[in-house]
This record gives sequence, C-alpha cells and structure tokens, in this order.
Amino acid sequence: MSLGRVEQLEMFRRMLRIRLFEEALIAHHPVGHLSIGQEGAIVGACMALRNDDYVTGTHRSHGHPIGKGAEIGPLMAEIFGKRTGICKGLGGSMHLTDTKMGLICESAIVGGGFPLATGAGLSAQVRGSDQVSLCFFGDGAVNQGTFSESVNMGAVWKLPVIYFCENNGYAVTTPVAKSHGQPEIARRADGYGIPGVVVDGQDAEAVHAVTLEAVERARAGEGPTLIEAKTYRFDEHSNRLAIPIEYRSKDEIEHYRNERDPITLYRAVLQSRDLLSEIEAIEEEVRKTIDEAVEFAKASPEPEISDLWDSMYVNPIGVPSGDGGR
Amino acid sequence: MTIRNATQKLSYLQAIVEAQREEMRRDERVILMGEDIAVYGAQTLFDEFDEKRLRNTPISENSFVGVGVGAALTGLRPVVDLTIASFCYLASDQIINQAAKLRFMTGAQLAVPLVVRTSTFYNNRTAAQHADRPYPLFMNTPGLKVLAPSTASDAKGLLKSAIRDDDPVVIFEDINLWGKKEEVPTDEDFLVPIGKAAVRREGSDVTIVSIAGCLPHALSAADALAKDEVEAEVIDLRTIAPLDKETILASVAKTGRLIIADNSHKVGSVASEIAAMVSEEGFESLKKPIQRVAAPQVHVPYNAALEKQLFVSKDRIIDAVRAIT
Repeated sequence: MSLGRVEQLEMFRRMLRIRLFEEALIAHHPVGHLSIGQEGAIVGACMALRNDDYVTGTHRSHGHPIGKGAEIGPLMAEIFGKRTGICKGLGGSMHLTDTKMGLICESAIVGGGFPLATGAGLSAQVRGSDQVSLCFFGDGAVNQGTFSESVNMGAVWKLPVIYFCENNGYAVTTPVAKSHGQPEIARRADGYGIPGVVVDGQDAEAVHAVTLEAVERARAGEGPTLIEAKTYRFDEHSNRLAIPIEYRSKDEIEHYRNERDPITLYRAVLQSRDLLSEIEAIEEEVRKTIDEAVEFAKASPEPEISDLWDSMYVNPIGVPSGDGGR
Repeated sequence: MTIRNATQKLSYLQAIVEAQREEMRRDERVILMGEDIAVYGAQTLFDEFDEKRLRNTPISENSFVGVGVGAALTGLRPVVDLTIASFCYLASDQIINQAAKLRFMTGAQLAVPLVVRTSTFYNNRTAAQHADRPYPLFMNTPGLKVLAPSTASDAKGLLKSAIRDDDPVVIFEDINLWGKKEEVPTDEDFLVPIGKAAVRREGSDVTIVSIAGCLPHALSAADALAKDEVEAEVIDLRTIAPLDKETILASVAKTGRLIIADNSHKVGSVASEIAAMVSEEGFESLKKPIQRVAAPQVHVPYNAALEKQLFVSKDRIIDAVRAIT
C-alpha cells in the first residue's frame, strides 16, 4: 500500500465531500446526475494523479473535480447557475470543469471525452512532458464509436492515457448484459493490444493501487491501460428523470446501499487503523465546507447576458463585447 | 533571411503546404494530423519534421479531430486535415459539440487553438458522398471561425492566420482551385486577416459576392458584362464566419444590386444568410431583388455533364445579373 495516513484521510475527505455535496444538491437544488455510490472509484482514481495531470469527465461528473481536489464553493455555485460558478453559470451540472485541477472537459455527449483525453495524452507526449491523462466514462459509453477509435489511437501511439470505466451496471436503464456483446468491459482491451484490469470500485484503496500502476506505466511511455471499476449508482440516472418501470430491483439497490457503500466500507477500514478521531474531525469539517458552499452559492449573483458574448472567443472578430452579433 | 515583398510562384495547394511548413518551423506547438498525410499533401514535410509532429492517423474522423481538440486544450496548436469535406459530418460532433463549445461551457477557462482543414471535391466526378460543400453547417455554429480562400496567396495567408489564432477555425479548400498558380508572398509573417473580404474588381452597377471556387467564374462573368457596359463589383468573401458585413453593405450601397455566388445548396446557404443580412441592414440601397446563384436541392450525381449544371458558372452569374439590370 503506497498511501500514507495523510493520503488515506485525504481520500476519505474527498469521498465524503462528494457524498455531502450531492446530498446538499438533493436538499437545495435538485438537478443533475449523482455519483453517490461511486465515490470509491472516482477518488481512488483521482488520488493516483498529480495536480498537473489531465482528467476528462462525463455528464455524471460532480465527483471528478472534487476527487481531483477542487475548491467546493465555485462548483456548488456553478450548479446553482451563478456567476461565481467555476464556469460562470454557463456550464452547470454536466460541465463542472475546473481547469486549475487539470480538468479539460466534462462531456454531456456520451463518449465525447475519449478523443479529448487521448489528445491531452498526445499533447503530453509531443511536448515531452511526463503528464498523463485520465478519461472517466461509464459502461454505456463503451458502445460509442469514439471509444474504439480513441483507445486504438492511444494504443498505436503509446499515449500516456488511462481509460477508466466506472461500470455502474446500467446505461440509464439498460443493463450491461443487454447492451454489450462482451459484457466484461476490461476484456475489450485485448482488441487494442493494451492491458485491461478489473477492480472493485467500492474499494477506494484497491482502485488507487491499480490506477497508480496504470499511471506509472503511462509515464514510462508504455502506453494506455483500460481499467474497469465495478461500482453502483445508488440514485436514479438523473434527479429529473421519472422511472415509470422498475428496471433494477429494490433488493439490489438496498444491498449496495447497506453492504457495499464505499464510504461506510472505507470508514471501517480507517477506524480499524485507529483513525476514528481524525475521521470525526474530517466529517465535521466537510459538513462545514458544504454548508458554506451552499450559502456562497445562494448569495452569489446571477450571470449577465454580456457574459455569454464574452465567453465565446479568445480573439473575437466583429463581435462587440456585450451584444455582438445580435 | 526573408526579403520583404518577395514572392514565389506557387499553386494553391503548394501554398497550403508552405504555410504549414513555415508555421511548424516558427512554432514547435504546431502539429499536423490526418489520414495518409505521409503520402498525400504533407509528404514533403516529413523530410524536415519527425513523426511526433506529423501524425498519419487511423480512419477515425470523429476521434482524430477530437484528439486535435484535446491537444489544442493542452498546449499544442494542431492542424487536422479532414481531407474531404463530406467527412465533416462524421467529425461534426467533435467540431460542434466540443471544439466550438468548450470555451463557452467552461466560462472562458479554456481555449481551442485548432485548425480543421478540409477540401470540397465538387465538379470532380466523386458523386454525392464526396462532393459536399458544408460551409453553412459551420457558419450556423457559434464559436467557430470559417474560412474559404480562393487564391493561392489567400490560402497561405489565411491558413497561417488560422494557425496563429487562439480559436477553432475550419478552413475549406476548393479542389477546383488547387492547381491555380500565382505569385505568393514568401515573407514568413505574411498573414491575411480573418474576417475581411476582398474587393477583387471594382464596379458601380451590380455587386457579386463570390464564395470560394466561384471567384474565377465571377471574374469572367464581370469581364463579359463589361463588354455590355455593365460594371460588376466582385467581392471575394474569403471568411464565411465572422461575416464581413461592412464590405458587402458598402458595395451594395454603391451598386444597389446584389448577386451571391455560392456552391452550397441554396436552402439555408451562406448566400441565404448574406441575402437576409442585406435585406435587414441594407434594404434601402436595393433597387432590385437579391439573386442567389447556388446549387439546387438535389444531390451531386456521378454523371459529369449533369454535375456541372448544378454549380456556379460564368453563364449562370451573367443570367442572374441580366435578370436584375
């Protein structure tokens, strides 16, 4: 185990931040695709990266910037649609990109991040940097053409990319077994000549270990790895989505909530390592952080219409600031 | 040492290669990507630059354009060659949903200094799936700059401007112009500004706005009309987005008549946008209805004689001018 105590506690802190961030959203601003249940996979992967490594996310991406260590207030304000949001209220729940943390895109087009993460890997290789790029995606995205196209390019050029699948079992409501000819997603790696690894996504330290191995491989110039973290989404696909037909059983959901909660599991691990008082201090701290973020978001101003025009181009031509082109 | 004002005779296609060579020498962040570029188009660059910066890609149009976007987000200035403009549809997700929107969606945290090169292969017996001129699709996409040079000098100067620009640029090359040679400036800092149309011929009776490969036809139509004492002003649009409204409106204010020559399909064409803009902002200058000379709403056939009839020609422009003079 390469994680020291400080890192173990930081991993717990970030997992709890994701959980309480999203619980606050449910209470105060019920929009978005929640990551509750998937925190172990997200944070385990992010903790294997350096600050200057790149990450691409998905429509279900509240956890990715938090996992990478982003400041909470601007993320909360973004989902509230406020000008102080990380994207000035122009991106919202599905686009919580914090570039300071190496995030370059959360794509709400499923599979849209594969080429971008691969391109970030290409960039690192061309510049001679040892940065790596980690691409988060769900099981459903594997069936997009961009998966095959991009993983192939990553493999043929030996790019420093980690393709990290959060396999939560369902593409909205469609189970993996009913949409994948090869439901063992990690085995798809064989088709591109790269390693494929399966890991228990509810075990943050196990995720961290396999991701770190893939990161080291990438930094050494040995090319990409496909990681499949088996995880589970506790809530529905989206908070706004009505579910007219039961597509997964209540027993299944309860099993994961009660027996396979990554935060409960990790808390018990840390407790067994005599870190209870530290954990309790973190719980107190994270609650405060989230409360403050909600207050900050509520109190923040709305964006202006001129912000739209001002965010279009680096080098605007014929677009007067404020009302150009109308 | 480059001598200012020096020129060399280059074809439109050679001018594009030279633009890439100069910008790759000037800035190590510039890389080229595309299918078969090692053999076609950029082959002479392989003698000078290594394969790190020249990426012969697999046949994965959407993803290799997206790889260009990802590289642009993280410190490179990629030029992605999408070869045939009909392939733009495959890559349109990455061009429209990512390249054009990422800066906006992130509240201007990101920049996408990407160039997508692509060529329109019409009038070349390539049939319907290789002959598209999809400029209007990208003109209708905020966040992009869209270029369509029609001379060798402009091809070089606009491509160099595009590579140095910090926003995503789509540049349409017209293969009907590839072989046309002219004296092209050799100055490494010769740039043609994005967003500026060029008046290629001055005239007082009618304005012909020409897009991409329509220019030779517009100029020969103007010469023929001059013999009948109709003086046409020919504007080479050069940049499709952002549109140089000022140059068009100033010309229409002078002539009162407007023809727009555009090889895209007429409905929702670049010509349509220009016509709408002039009706909104220059209506009082117009003496006669605006005429669009464009491709009709049918697909491009394999048969060469039929194909030729769909596109802009000298005679079609003259007929349109006659209808309003």
